[in-house]
Amino acid sequence: MTAYLLKRRTTLAGYALAAPLLFAVAPAAMSDFRLEQLARYLCFAIVAVGISLAWGRGGMLVLGQGLFFGLGGYAMAMHMKLADAGAGNLPDFMLLYGSTDELPWWWEPFRSPAVALAAVVLLPMALAAAIGYAVFRRRVRGAYFAILSQALAAAFAILLIGQQATTGGTNGLTNFGGFFGFSLHDPVNRRMVYFIIAGTLLALMLLTRQLFLSRYGELLVAVRDSEERVRFLGYDPALVKLGAYTLSAGMAGLAGALFVPAVGIISPALVGIVPSIQFVIGAAIGGRASVAGAVLGAVAVAWAQTTLSEEFPAGWTYFQGGLFVVVVAFLPGGLASLWHLATRRRRSRAGETGRVVAAA
Amino acid sequence: MTPVTGRTEQPLAGLEIEDLRVTFDGFAAVDGVGLRVGPGDLRFLIGPNGAGKTTLVDAVSGLAPATGSVRFGGRELLGRPVHRIVRLGIGRTFQTATVFENLSVLQNLDIAAGSRRRPHTLLRQRRGVPEEVEQALETIKLTAHRDRAAGSLAHGQKQWLEIGMLLVQNVRLLLLDEPVAGMSHEEREATGQLLRTVGEDRTVVVIEHDMDFMRSFATSVTVLHAGRVLSEGTVAEVRADPRVQEVYLGHAVGEEA
Ligand SMILES: Nc1ncnc2c1ncn2[C@@H]1O[C@H](COP(=O)(O)OP(=O)(O)O)[C@@H](O)[C@H]1O
Ligand SMILES: [Mg+2]
Repeated sequence: MTAYLLKRRTTLAGYALAAPLLFAVAPAAMSDFRLEQLARYLCFAIVAVGISLAWGRGGMLVLGQGLFFGLGGYAMAMHMKLADAGAGNLPDFMLLYGSTDELPWWWEPFRSPAVALAAVVLLPMALAAAIGYAVFRRRVRGAYFAILSQALAAAFAILLIGQQATTGGTNGLTNFGGFFGFSLHDPVNRRMVYFIIAGTLLALMLLTRQLFLSRYGELLVAVRDSEERVRFLGYDPALVKLGAYTLSAGMAGLAGALFVPAVGIISPALVGIVPSIQFVIGAAIGGRASVAGAVLGAVAVAWAQTTLSEEFPAGWTYFQGGLFVVVVAFLPGGLASLWHLATRRRRSRAGETGRVVAAA
Repeated sequence: MTPVTGRTEQPLAGLEIEDLRVTFDGFAAVDGVGLRVGPGDLRFLIGPNGAGKTTLVDAVSGLAPATGSVRFGGRELLGRPVHRIVRLGIGRTFQTATVFENLSVLQNLDIAAGSRRRPHTLLRQRRGVPEEVEQALETIKLTAHRDRAAGSLAHGQKQWLEIGMLLVQNVRLLLLDEPVAGMSHEEREATGQLLRTVGEDRTVVVIEHDMDFMRSFATSVTVLHAGRVLSEGTVAEVRADPRVQEVYLGHAVGEEA
C-alpha cells in the first residue's frame, strides 16, 4: 500500500505544481502572443486527455479525433458568427459569397448560447455513441477501427470544403469579434479565454485520473487486454468501450470549441487526417497510458511544431514521424514510462517488487 | 458453520443438454449429444483429443453457435449472447488460463465480482476488499498474493485465480476446461480439494485427461468420442465399459487418456 500512497502523493504534488504554473507564472511571464500560443497547445492537450482514456486505457486507437474537435469547433464558431452578425442578420461570409440570402435551417439553433454550449459537447458525444455502438457491437477493433475513425475525419473535412456557402469551405470560419458578449479585441478578455482553457484542462485531467482509479478504469484495462475474457465475466465489452470513446469525443469537442475564441479560426485543415494524427502523436510520445504524460506530450509536440517548423519546415515533419516510430516501437508507454521505470527501480531497491504499476 | 466458498443465493440447478450439434464447415464436432448433469454433481467429461469436449463447453457458454437444446435450471441457453448466459449463473475457464495479467489478483477478482454492480458504482474507487472477494481469496489460497500482478503468478495459481473469479461471480454452474493440465502433483491435489469445496453448493463440469485425478475426485463421468456420448456412469462403471477401453486404444482406462 505504501507504493500506492507514494504514487498518489507524487501525482497530487504534480497538480499542486501545475496549477500555479498555469494560472500565475505563465500569465505573468509570457507576452500576450506567447500566452495565446500556449492556449492553443492546451486545447490540443485537452484532446490528448481524451486520447489517453480511449487509447491508453481502452486500447482504441482513435485516429480521427479531428472529427469531434471539428464538430465542437464549428458549433462554437457558428454561434459566435451569429452573435457577431446580430439578430436577423446573416454571418459576414455568407453575404460575401452571396450565394444564400436566407440562413440555413441548421444554423438557426446555434443562435442560442445555451444550445451552442450544450452542442459543443453533446454533438460529438452523440455521434461517437452512434459510431461506437455500431462499430463495437460488430467487434471491429485494432487497425480496422483506426482506419475507420480516420476515414470519418477525412469525410468530414471533405464535406466542409464542399459546402462553401454554408460552412466557409476551405477558409473555414474566422474573424470573430466577441465571445459571449466579451470583445475578443480586448487583451483582458483574451487572457480570460486562456484561463478558461487552463481551468478546463486541469478539471478534465483530474476527472480522467479519477476515472482511471475507479472500478471502471480497471474494467477498461481488462477490456483492453482481453475483451473475450471480460465477456465471460458477464459484462458487455462494447458498452465499456463505448463509455470511454464517447467521453473522449466530448473532450475533443470541448477542446475544439475553446480553440475557436483562443485562436480565432476553425477550418477543414484543423479537423482532417493530418491534425487527427498529430493529436495521437503527442499523446503517444508523452505516454498515452498516463494523463500527465499525454498532456505534456501534446504540449511539447505542438510547441516543437510551431518553433521548429518555422526554422526547418521540411525537416520537422520527418523528425516528428521518426520520433513517433521510435517511441511506439521501443517505448510503447511513451516518455512517461521512463519515469515509471525510474520509480519502480527505486522502489524495488527498497524491496517492493512485483506490484502492479502498469495499471495504476 | 459458514461455508468458505461464498454465498449462493439461488438453489442448486442441473444442466440438461439434448441433441446438441455444432458443425464447422460441415464437420460435426459435436454430433447430437444428450447429457444430464444433476444439481450439485461433480461431473467429469473425458475423451480422446478432438472428441469435442471443448466445443461442447463452447456451445453451452455461448461461444460456438449450436442447435438442439441446453437448459440450465429450466432456462434455455442457446441463442443468448455470452454475457447474458454468464448472468444466468454459468461460468467457465479456458484450457489456457486467461487472467488479466496487467491487473493485480485483487483487481481481477473485483472485476469478476462486479458485473452485477449497478453502473454508477463503477465510477467509484474500490475501498477495502469486498467480502465475497475476501472469501474467494481464502478459498483459492491467494490471500498473501492479492496485490501481485496476475501475470506474475505461477501456472497453478493462475488457474486457481480463474476459479476464484467464477466464485465471486456467484456462478451456479462451473465449466472447467482441463484445469490441472501442466500442474505438479501437489498442485493437482490442491486443485482437487478446491473443486470439492467449490462443488459443495454448485454444479461442476470438469474436462480432464488425467485418469488418476478423475478417479480421486469425480462423482460421475461422461465419455465423449467423435462428438457423441460413448458412455456414462460412475468412475467404476465407465472403466468397466468395453467401448471405452476400445477407444482408449486397448489400454485399460487409468493408464493414459
Ligand atoms: N473453430 C473450429 N473450426 C473448425 N474445427 C474445429 C474448431 N474448433 C474445434 N474444431 C474441431 O472440432 C473437433 C473437436 O475439437 P475440441 O472440442 O477442441 O476437442 P477436445 O476439446 O475434445 O480435444 C476437432 O476435430 C477440432 O479440430
Ligand atoms: Mg479441448
